[in-house]
Amino acid sequence: MVYSEMLLKKLKEADAKEGDRISVRRGDEEYVGRLMPHHDFSAPDVLILKMKSGYNIGIRVLGDSEIEVIERPSIVAVKREETKAREGFPNFTLVSTGGTIASFVDYRTGAVRPAMSASELVDAVPELRDIANIKARVLFSIFSENMNVSHWQELADVVAEEINSGADAVIIPHGTDTMGYTAAALSFMLGDVPRPVVLVGAQRSSDRPSSDASSNMMACARFCAEGKAAGVFVVMHEALGDDLFSVHIGSRVRKMHTSRRDSFKSVNVPPAATVRKDGSVEYRGELRPPSKGKAAARTAMDERTVLLQYYPGMDPKVFGPVIMGSRGVVIAGTGLGHVGEPMCGVLKEACEKGIVVVMTSQCLGGTTNMNVYDTGRDLISAGVISVGDMLPEVAYVKLMWALANSKSADDAKRMMVEPMANETGSRRCVL
Amino acid sequence: MKGSPELVCGIEIHQQLSTRKLFCSCESHLCDEGNGAYFRKLRPTTGETGEIDRAALAQYNKGIGFRYQMAEGVSCLVDLDEEPPNGPDPEALETALVFSEMLHARIADEIHFMRKVVVDGSNTGGYQRTALVSTGGWVEVNGRKISILSVCLEEDAARKIEEKDGEITYRLDRLGIPLIEVATGPDIRTPEEAMETALRIGTLLRATRRVKRGIGTIREDLNISIPGGARVEIKGAQELRLLPDYVSNEVTRQKMLLAVKEILNERGTVPADTDIEDVTDIFADSESKVITGALSSKGKVLAVRLPGFAGVMNGDGGKLRLGAEMAQRARTRGVKGIFHSDELPAYGIEQRYVDSLRERLGLDGSDDAFAICAAPEKKARSALAAAVERANEALGGIPEETRDPLPDGTSKYSRPLPGAARMYPETDVPPKEITDEKLKQIRASLPELPEETEARLITDHGVNRQQARQLVRQDFAELFERACNTYVDMSAVIATTFLNTYSELEKAGVDTSSISEADVMAVFSLLSESKFAKEALPDVLKEVASGTPPEKAPGKLGLESMNDREAERIIDSILKEREEFVRSKGKAAAGPLMGPVMESLRGKVDGKKASQLLSEAIARMIG
Repeated sequence: MVYSEMLLKKLKEADAKEGDRISVRRGDEEYVGRLMPHHDFSAPDVLILKMKSGYNIGIRVLGDSEIEVIERPSIVAVKREETKAREGFPNFTLVSTGGTIASFVDYRTGAVRPAMSASELVDAVPELRDIANIKARVLFSIFSENMNVSHWQELADVVAEEINSGADAVIIPHGTDTMGYTAAALSFMLGDVPRPVVLVGAQRSSDRPSSDASSNMMACARFCAEGKAAGVFVVMHEALGDDLFSVHIGSRVRKMHTSRRDSFKSVNVPPAATVRKDGSVEYRGELRPPSKGKAAARTAMDERTVLLQYYPGMDPKVFGPVIMGSRGVVIAGTGLGHVGEPMCGVLKEACEKGIVVVMTSQCLGGTTNMNVYDTGRDLISAGVISVGDMLPEVAYVKLMWALANSKSADDAKRMMVEPMANETGSRRCVL
Repeated sequence: MKGSPELVCGIEIHQQLSTRKLFCSCESHLCDEGNGAYFRKLRPTTGETGEIDRAALAQYNKGIGFRYQMAEGVSCLVDLDEEPPNGPDPEALETALVFSEMLHARIADEIHFMRKVVVDGSNTGGYQRTALVSTGGWVEVNGRKISILSVCLEEDAARKIEEKDGEITYRLDRLGIPLIEVATGPDIRTPEEAMETALRIGTLLRATRRVKRGIGTIREDLNISIPGGARVEIKGAQELRLLPDYVSNEVTRQKMLLAVKEILNERGTVPADTDIEDVTDIFADSESKVITGALSSKGKVLAVRLPGFAGVMNGDGGKLRLGAEMAQRARTRGVKGIFHSDELPAYGIEQRYVDSLRERLGLDGSDDAFAICAAPEKKARSALAAAVERANEALGGIPEETRDPLPDGTSKYSRPLPGAARMYPETDVPPKEITDEKLKQIRASLPELPEETEARLITDHGVNRQQARQLVRQDFAELFERACNTYVDMSAVIATTFLNTYSELEKAGVDTSSISEADVMAVFSLLSESKFAKEALPDVLKEVASGTPPEKAPGKLGLESMNDREAERIIDSILKEREEFVRSKGKAAAGPLMGPVMESLRGKVDGKKASQLLSEAIARMIG
């Protein structure tokens, strides 16, 4: 909510700006404090003042209240240290996209804002410089729910460019909501990228002392500094403590909790590695070692792709047109990969029309297997392909990429079932 | 009051509320056991100028952190900083509003929660959530108006369980319990007024009927200064009756420090240097336990010169005690203490050591002093540096500081007075608008004021003014009324129980806090049914306090009420033994015989009843 017209006019007349020390007189009461930004949920006729004690309170301004500016704020110049590249240290590039990890609070006004400059980002975690020479670029300043396909494409191009100009690793601070999607997109676009490309996020903003931003960032840098693995990864807390961090394969990871620090989990595979409090890294599987080669970004994507979760009662009349208007559709089916009979008909029709229909499971854990029940067999006969233990959203991203980078629907289908970035596998361990 | 007052004192009171937690729906009680131990670090954040506190960052980078235990049912993801806060709890907020109204304070039109940065680990987020609810109120204390600066609603901190190897373990049961923080203006002028003010505010808080009771649920901070002095904060006092002692002892301490300053300034004493010397060799053959103890664990004896400080560290017959201040400061560096020249020879350190030390340190003036410390070298060095720093501060008068209250009414140094806390908005909690309708509704249903309760107790239950006042002040009013309404015609004995019997039992070493409300109600019930006589009430309560269920207590004490016939039989046999006396005295024998009769019947027959039965028996005997 914004200020009421009356209040807006009074503020304008008084020439009162955020940060000014002002007095508000209302009847025989007087309040003095610093003018703070208006809160989205504050009432329109309420001003927020920061009192001398540091507390903010809301004051309702009436028609006959008087506002007066007492003092303008002094501007404090922020000191920044210039740092020179040191020999013998690896060179990392930080490519920031925004999100909680790259947001700061302006303690004076309380407003949350994204990092404005690359150096601001590095200064927030100065100990990164003990591990590597850090070059930073602010590519976007957006929350991850606003990331879309064109952002993935631009990001992939920038990552390739940085690697080709000598970065030993690229670290991407990213909002957590869609970090899994971006990780999947980069996994396919960058293919056998010769160096580590690691996305890192935070579940608690950097303004608070308990933020996981710096510890995740440090774990990420330590993993990169080891130089043992190339590929696209995600680094976040492994558990609730600040003493264990997981390195996930970019095409296998998913946000599984709305708020916990350990919300990112590898699904159907163990995490690629674990970083401990002391900085040591323990690897859990075979990883592709980095090489001297160049990176290439294949960023074409076909956005006429749909991701649908099947649910009991799904109405073909509603979804038929959506599916028929696409070039490819990923279904998160039930159990081993099923949909109810009414939807089977639509999918069959889509296949006949040359639309690529891909089946995944909304169980997330485990693989699809459409040979076990009648419904599954019917779908196979109809031409629906099953992609095993690939996560639905990963399959969706891959399908966009496959459709844009193949010559035909059959070609795209072949690409879908063939593992390209560790996104699917034939073995699932008991533990 | 004219001129500058002799004492300037203000109080801050923190009272836990009995609602659910402030930002989640966990229950708010403490648990005896915790589980899990989540490791966390709190990182100093960049300040307004973009700089990080380097020292704090070094600590963080060393990997020093905290462990958090969960507690069943009373801690959740919000407490562990794993989920954004809900709330604020409507009942807690309402209580803060009601209390503000009772203090005639101005309530903010919109309440905004803030994050107050605290990095000692006691808050999982690294900040405490707190909101200013109202300002500008007052309370009347014995006819004087004491101003109220602010009423805040905030969350309590986690409970420290243990500290080991630099790692602190906290339990999350206490974190998030709502607290009302009320701060008075610096209007208190006498030590007694400090207590009376706290008592008055405490009574008003309890009148809301939504506050917790018992040890640790209310804590007081005192801000004290005298003319020429400095603001000193005594933080976390829990015993109301000690407040006057804390204040008067602090006044004495500050006056002493002003006297020390005057002496030092007159002498022209200048700040001492921190040139610390190793004097271990002087003590090679010392038999002082402190010295030999330190040396046997590879410690050293270090010394420092304090030119011009003699006689004020411990002088004027113990009235000047700068030495105690220096020792307290030194102890914060992990040593057991220091010795200074004003107190030597003593503690097994004989004159010859003092002479050698003076010679070694080149001290020849009669005002020249020294201090020594026996401990591991690093600690001893740091402790002496702290002691010198404290000595030098005495040249300027009284340092602003935070002090810990001690059970004997004095206090000890804790840490420098913190600077203004960094506070910024708690963006996860939306502001709460307080509408005029809401205020009207609160004003229309304010709880009864303590004096109104007193008046009602007098009219409704026939207690006298003093009893009514005590019942309210000692927090028995609610229970008293409930008991009186349940057990009609027992108000006198109920009042006596709470006001006299309880304190007598306490004096006799009985813990009356272990008698629950349900217990005491059950005891009254037994009494109303004549299951025992009221003379036995103290014994029954004592038995209940020791853990016996109320209904079993009279039996266990052999106190079951006897019926009239049995009582008559006993009285008759007593009279029979004294038949001659009875016949000679006639009715007048009743008085002298009441003693032996009650001896046999105490607790089994009510005194009044016994007297009646005795008179009847005498009448029967003399015909």
